[in-house]
Amino acid sequence: MGIKIIYEKCNLCKKCIERCPFGAIEIKDNKIVITEKCNLCGLCVKICSEKALIKEEKEKAVINLSQYRGIWFFAETRHGEIAPVSYEMLNAAKKLKVKLNEEICGVCFGENIKEKVKTLLKKGANKVYVIDDAVFCEFKEEIYSKAMSYLIMKYKPNIVIAAATMIGRSFIPSVAVKVKTGLTADCTDVDIDEKTGLLIQTRPTFGGNLMAKIICEKHRPQMATIRPKIFEPAEDEEDVKGEIIEEKIEFEIEDRINICGREKIENVVDLQEAEIIVSGGRGLKDGKNFDIIKELADLLNGAVGASRAAVDSGWISYPHQVGQTGKTVKPKIYIACGISGAIQHLAGMQTSDYIIAINKDPDAPIFKVANLGVVGDLFEVIPILIKKIKEQGGK
Amino acid sequence: MKIIVCIKQVPEGLDVKVDPETKRILREGVKSIINPYDLYAIEEGIRLKERFGGETWVISMGPPQAESAIREAISMGIDNGILLSDRKFAGSDTLATSYTLSLAIKKIGDFDIIICGRETLDGSTGQVGPGIAEHLGITYITYVSKIVDIKENEFECVRLMEDHYEVIKTKLPVLITVTKEINVPRIPSLKNMIRAKKIEIPIWKAENLGGDESLFGQDGSPTRVIDVWTQTIKKEGRKIEGEPELLAEEILNELKKIGVL
Repeated sequence: MGIKIIYEKCNLCKKCIERCPFGAIEIKDNKIVITEKCNLCGLCVKICSEKALIKEEKEKAVINLSQYRGIWFFAETRHGEIAPVSYEMLNAAKKLKVKLNEEICGVCFGENIKEKVKTLLKKGANKVYVIDDAVFCEFKEEIYSKAMSYLIMKYKPNIVIAAATMIGRSFIPSVAVKVKTGLTADCTDVDIDEKTGLLIQTRPTFGGNLMAKIICEKHRPQMATIRPKIFEPAEDEEDVKGEIIEEKIEFEIEDRINICGREKIENVVDLQEAEIIVSGGRGLKDGKNFDIIKELADLLNGAVGASRAAVDSGWISYPHQVGQTGKTVKPKIYIACGISGAIQHLAGMQTSDYIIAINKDPDAPIFKVANLGVVGDLFEVIPILIKKIKEQGGK
Repeated sequence: MKIIVCIKQVPEGLDVKVDPETKRILREGVKSIINPYDLYAIEEGIRLKERFGGETWVISMGPPQAESAIREAISMGIDNGILLSDRKFAGSDTLATSYTLSLAIKKIGDFDIIICGRETLDGSTGQVGPGIAEHLGITYITYVSKIVDIKENEFECVRLMEDHYEVIKTKLPVLITVTKEINVPRIPSLKNMIRAKKIEIPIWKAENLGGDESLFGQDGSPTRVIDVWTQTIKKEGRKIEGEPELLAEEILNELKKIGVL
């Protein structure tokens, strides 16, 4: 295990030092050394033209990979309905099918959900495994995780994808541990390598400043959560002939969680699903000034977002926060009002389709990612904008 | 009550600088810090001890220099710290990391609550917390924003979901991952800083943990990074200035063009 250096072959060209993303290769006493920063990514092995670096891997007990077939997606339900994001996952599965040509299977848990999953077939799923049971009426990690891993072990899919929502991010990791396989979080793209047939999973790290491609070679299924709003929702298909396979709870469940209360968050802050987000920042100067942000958002049928500065000042609650320590969003339109654009905020919104920024400071970093940068006072511009939209009769 | 907090040392900031010619990531001079989310986990651990009594532990897996993160947690008020450090742990993905941490937690033993941050600043997978719970076979609750009460062995908390909060009751032991709403992390006290400086931090290696060595590090990691590159998003945007009336008109026209109005 590890990277081995063959000193006789090394000509000290330093290419590996330059390539190493972790700064783990150094020269000591005129010799290459690999330090503890090494993450074993193997990029140095690839770049070495002298073949002086070798990645040593232990032979593992290889599981029979060929028995794992099918592209599965998890169809998330919320409040008894199939969540829109589920159709995005179906579309991601359809993309994979083009190169992999294995059947697309949805997995759906819920109460009185049997009829509703037909829309998944209509939009291109070949099969839908459904467990229709009252235990699924509320989201509980343990039960969802148990049910999902039960189905995986029973049917052995090749690929399992799920949305990187709070639900997906909460229970999918324990599924991966249960079935002892790899899982890549928050992918912004998935594809099939045409040579190997492996799932190529692309994901951002460091808030999107560093991208990584990840594979899972010797374990199955290959699992990934995918960010919402990356894939378009799947469209209806003409030729519908999928089947629904009803499964029962034939496994033991331990229901250790008791949900004894619920509190709705105002201004529907399902930011990840929102098409339009109007966000306010430090430039609002006071919590009550969020009223104009809310008014504009309402007029546009959008959700209200906020920068960390606004949340930390107590002007608006944390569920509204966009950015590294809040939510990552990708709406069609993001309107940033009085937000300077700290890198942590940009990390959470810079991939939005269209960004409008309103800020007094012409040098604010937010303008670097804005499609339309408006240098002006939000307290002057937004009220006029609101008036004009109202004159139009709103959205 | 025994509380164990899991933390990670990460490079400060998100601004990954890259040499434009060599494409190498420049890390010189980048400070290492405790993952910001883990500060809330540490603070909540200390508060639970203050509210309900007991002892607090902090563990971290990482290179030898991660010891400084453990000392920092102790300077905030955590009682004991352990560093898991071994070349055999290198190249761990979230499966191997959660396995390794779960072995250390079992070795500490008799735990009631395990607290993790929601995710890390660098990798931001959020997978290690749930993974640890699964390896330990205990209940876990993600995105916890408030611990309401602990009575006997009944644990009550509030957790954040996409569009609502839930009040949840469960039995101990439990693993939670916490959001920044849960508290405001404290500044280290002088007394604890002195203690943190003097305290001995044991280093546990693979052989100290027992377990299946083939599940550590790269060998125990199903996923593999095959490529990394830096990305800067730059928009071909335009900037407008002028009278508010004109600016508002321009925004309106743009919204119409995109088709929202």
